[in-house]
Amino acid sequence: MDDTILEMRGITKRFPGVTALQDVSLAVRRGEIHAICGENGAGKSTLMKVLSGVYPSGSYDGEVIFDGKPVHFRGIRDSEAHGIVIIHQELALVPYLSTAENIFLGNERRGRGGLIDWNRANADAAALLESVGLRENPVTPVIQLGVGKQQLVEIAKALSKQVKLLILDEPTAALNDVDSAHLLALLRRLRERGITCIMISHKLNEITAIADSTTVIRDGRTVETLDMRSGEVTQERIIRGMVGRDLDSFYPDRVSNPGEEVLRIEDWSVRHPTQDRLVVERVDLHVRAGEVVGIAGLMGAGRTELAMSVFGRSYGRDVRGRLFVRGREVRARTVAEAIDNGIAYVTEDRKRFGLNLIDDIRRNVSAAALGKLARLGWVNGNEEIKVAEQSRRDLNIKTPSVMAVVGKLSGGNQQKVVLSKWLFTDPDVLILDEPTRGIDVGAKFEIYTIINRLVADGKAVIVISSELPELLGMCDRIYTLSAGRITGEMPIGMATQENLMELMTKDKEPVG
Amino acid sequence: MTSTKNPSTRPTASADSAPAMALHTGTSDVRTLLMSNLRQSGIYVALVVIVALFAILTDGVSLSPGNITNIILQYSYILVLAIGMVIVIIGGHIDLSVGSVVALTGSVSAVLVIRQGQPWWVGILAALAVGVAVGAWHGFWVAYVGIPAFIVTLAGMLLFRGLTLRVLDNISLSPFPAEYQQVAAGFLNGLIGGQGYDAFTLLIGALAVAGYAVSGFRTRLARIRYQQPVESFPLFVARVVAVGAVIMYFAWQLAHARGLPIVLIILAALVLVYGLLTRRTVFGRQVYAIGGNLSAATLSGVKVKTVNFWMFVNMGFLAAIAGVIYSSRSNGAQPAAGNMFELDAIAAAFIGGAAVTGGVGTVVGAMVGGLIMAVMSNGMQLMGVDQSLQSVVKGLVLLIAVAFDVWNKRRAGTAR
Repeated sequence: MDDTILEMRGITKRFPGVTALQDVSLAVRRGEIHAICGENGAGKSTLMKVLSGVYPSGSYDGEVIFDGKPVHFRGIRDSEAHGIVIIHQELALVPYLSTAENIFLGNERRGRGGLIDWNRANADAAALLESVGLRENPVTPVIQLGVGKQQLVEIAKALSKQVKLLILDEPTAALNDVDSAHLLALLRRLRERGITCIMISHKLNEITAIADSTTVIRDGRTVETLDMRSGEVTQERIIRGMVGRDLDSFYPDRVSNPGEEVLRIEDWSVRHPTQDRLVVERVDLHVRAGEVVGIAGLMGAGRTELAMSVFGRSYGRDVRGRLFVRGREVRARTVAEAIDNGIAYVTEDRKRFGLNLIDDIRRNVSAAALGKLARLGWVNGNEEIKVAEQSRRDLNIKTPSVMAVVGKLSGGNQQKVVLSKWLFTDPDVLILDEPTRGIDVGAKFEIYTIINRLVADGKAVIVISSELPELLGMCDRIYTLSAGRITGEMPIGMATQENLMELMTKDKEPVG
Repeated sequence: MTSTKNPSTRPTASADSAPAMALHTGTSDVRTLLMSNLRQSGIYVALVVIVALFAILTDGVSLSPGNITNIILQYSYILVLAIGMVIVIIGGHIDLSVGSVVALTGSVSAVLVIRQGQPWWVGILAALAVGVAVGAWHGFWVAYVGIPAFIVTLAGMLLFRGLTLRVLDNISLSPFPAEYQQVAAGFLNGLIGGQGYDAFTLLIGALAVAGYAVSGFRTRLARIRYQQPVESFPLFVARVVAVGAVIMYFAWQLAHARGLPIVLIILAALVLVYGLLTRRTVFGRQVYAIGGNLSAATLSGVKVKTVNFWMFVNMGFLAAIAGVIYSSRSNGAQPAAGNMFELDAIAAAFIGGAAVTGGVGTVVGAMVGGLIMAVMSNGMQLMGVDQSLQSVVKGLVLLIAVAFDVWNKRRAGTAR
């Protein structure tokens, strides 16, 4: 009989307007590596936040049983006291503190009189680093270590807290192949020491190589838990669980009639702004007037980075490659030049990059093309209101007035304001990055309808999305992106969720 | 986020119910209008209360013609600084150097006019040029090198204080010729006569009221034409009458003292120009956009570096104007001139509703904020309150004003 260390039963977590988790159950055996798979937005991270107390007990329905006892965590400190430690994708280390200081942050080794005993701290840290296979001086500042080593420091920090259950969220997403292999080897060693591990990952080859069980989550529900120990479960089997949903008749019909080429990029490479690696590597793609082209890729594949680097080099450094608009090579080295060349980019994170939340609809709509409303630097406020009113009617922004503050609108209406802003620049090509993220079903349908109207007007549209059904429902053609490279291109007639997912998870070489 | 469920008519602020909500435009709900303008209307109310309070405490002396004139002369340069400061603060920066720049520009002018005997206008032009150059220096470091404005202008505060000492050879210069003194101490009086009062001042007051009414009415008409909500007509008339009454009372008092101060004309022109600049020009709107969300502004094609640069050039220009006014008023240049002016200007902007995080604030608000400080200081001086206590009171007012602002924002529940 298996010894269950963790059981989550009937977990339901709602956010305003969205049910993120619906009756999710999860059972983890003591001492195993348990993988959690699912598309972006399926609810994996939400589930882990419930487990680690980020969402305190009472803010969700259902029960969590750890080590045989029901637990009600009020915060991270609570869950850590029980031996549950979560390591997030974005590492939570303080860059200028030493490795030892980071490991014992909030958990300092006290000596006499309450002062920190640095000798003991450094000695303990050295032992912990040794146990995760990291040969570094504990006084080295963390910033001098690479991402892979920083990940190991995080694990050492978890070990210092007497961890029983270690949760890793996309631990290898930012790592190169060698570091990934090291990390997986370390996880195996931890398993031998009896530490249970939950790992969220998109890299199916890693999961099949290391996991003992895999739970698949889809649309906020548990689909299945696969026993991996027999070695018979293949990547294809997991993919089927991840995508196997009905393609709802959810997407408005459109007659596809592509015209001449509007945008083309050739041999496009982008370097990470601070690290020495290519985030986008030798990408070629093009889009025609009246065409919707999809870019499918998992988190960290370089989708947003590709789009933003095209849009006036808003991301990365050392951007190389050629950019053509309507057959003419253009330089778009700043956002203003990109806008002048008819390129618009609708961000995936509208609150951080898309909107001035404390200002009203009117001024957000005009923000990217204020020059069109101005003569000699003076803005015609009445025309501006007219433009905003026009957008409100065209895009059906639900608000009592265009003077309403954008921060108070719902997600769907905020997204329509961002779209209005870019439509007012009158672009030839719109790059829509996750255009329906975090908005409700009704608003999604409206956004799709708007996209159809735009291509009917002869605009070219590039859609970046994590939701494969959305791409399959909207696009004429789909590119797949994996680790910064284009791994495939297919017309919509040939694309299925399975073959897209296969190309999206295609790696340079197997790991493990 | 509990909102009463009445989906029938009234638009609520609740975002969730938006799709199902029936919509209507028209005259906006008076309550929402008041609530959304609470931070703005709040400072006007505060100003009125403080004016009334000190009028009572000083037995009306604070509202006497002579004292009103005094307040204007005494605080004009702080108000000029506050105009530039609020723009810098809206853009998400700060300028700690303006006190030193006031001293430097004033002393350059004094050296030219007093020591070298140049005409008065040469001194003024030279001061303005130095102010612009200082602003460009700050703007370069903030915008193009990317050093936080707090550091750049803290360095500037030391740097330009030192240069002031060097320019003045560490001694005070005085006096200026009579023309130069007119800037801060001059009055327009008796231009068109009057018996015991200055008719010209009253005329200017009347013109200001008429201008306010006409421009307000035209805005109203345009809004109606564009089908935007406007306040009801009686409310509009009441507002114009109330503002008109305040202006005319003010003009009446001035007319019974020494007439219209030249510095008030300068100040009014600056408030008008910069009020329009911030609200109606591309530059002004980009300042708000940068302060409100830097990333979004960058991704909207706003040339952030250019805007930041000119923001500081403008601050230097206004600091130079303040420097000229201050040197004119004190009739000379002193090494320690302008000490702590930056703090008064910053306080005026924040009391006037500017947000520490940027993106929020108005020129008129900063003027009201500055007046609140001015009336308080002046009133306490009239009452003979101890200097130490005055400082305590001013500090508390600043703290409470910003605390109110923070509370108000939290109550409004603006996302993030």
